[in-house]
Amino acid sequence: MSDVTLAQPLAPQAPAGAPAMERPEFQVVPRAGLPIVAVIIALLIAAIASDKLWPLEFFHVVGGAAWTVIDLFLGFVLGPIIGKLSIPARVEFTTRLMPKMVLIMPTAVTVTLAAGWQLSTKLGTNQTSYALHGWVVASFIVVGVMAVIALGLLEPANIAVLTELKKPRPNPEVIERLMKRFIYTAGATGLMQVATLVIMTKLASG
Amino acid sequence: MSERRLPPVTQVGMLSLALIVVAVIYLSAHLPQHVSLGPAVGLLAASAVLLSGNLIALYRAKGFAWQRFLQVGKWALLAYTLIAGMIEYVFLRNHTSGGPLVVLTLCLVVFAVHVPVLISFTVARYDDAASPVGESGSA
Repeated sequence: MSDVTLAQPLAPQAPAGAPAMERPEFQVVPRAGLPIVAVIIALLIAAIASDKLWPLEFFHVVGGAAWTVIDLFLGFVLGPIIGKLSIPARVEFTTRLMPKMVLIMPTAVTVTLAAGWQLSTKLGTNQTSYALHGWVVASFIVVGVMAVIALGLLEPANIAVLTELKKPRPNPEVIERLMKRFIYTAGATGLMQVATLVIMTKLASG
Repeated sequence: MSERRLPPVTQVGMLSLALIVVAVIYLSAHLPQHVSLGPAVGLLAASAVLLSGNLIALYRAKGFAWQRFLQVGKWALLAYTLIAGMIEYVFLRNHTSGGPLVVLTLCLVVFAVHVPVLISFTVARYDDAASPVGESGSA
């Protein structure tokens, strides 16, 4: 999935005479990762079609763990580090990280939600008769808020910053603004993931 | 900065998505009981109106980088149509039918259109309408 080579000199819309910096070559959507995503989605469809407990549990737990950990790690560990990096280091880091996020996050979210709904249908936990139904509805609400933030702010910022970096003369101000938006929204969803952890552990322990 | 004065597409889009989310939570929180579709239909209609308003406001915007918007939008639309299809498959697999299926499917249609609009708008708003899209490389 890594296709990064330091090649193109970056000539941002910076003051004239400012030193040019190197910008890694990258793909906005890493094509090498698409077959992996296709295989995961095919396995997910098979798991839902089979309606067996183990595959559904596997996809829901693995997808959910990936989603939660990535959000928390991005928002609270990587975010502050990126903020303190020099501009060239930040650009290089962004061009290596963000294309992977374009594939990883939508896949993790789709797998978690699709397998989760099928699992709850199989176990009957999404029915009003379930003793902890209030907790299940609370999880819907948390996921709903996270989805609106991720789809409305985080994902567009991810694609936009990569498109900006693809330009012959990227605007550092635009990149800065979009990266801030990405990191802040990742932090917000990271905070909400703490609520998800509370709800899911409560549901698992009854 | 190359940003122009554009309609509040992101804010309106997020409100529209939030209405869809509330409609879906409302329906799914009442399973398997019979549930009145009225509130969900109302939320869906309001969300669809916001989507239409967003598209009309964008269409009227001057100096908007439509080439870039369409370049990104078509791929985002493909991706989110696949995701919506996946969710629809889960509904069908669980024998969702009748009114709830129609409302949920229409919610997915709004979702599958509005998210690509938000993505491609965010990309295109920082683009120069005059420059050819090929200049900044392909995805």
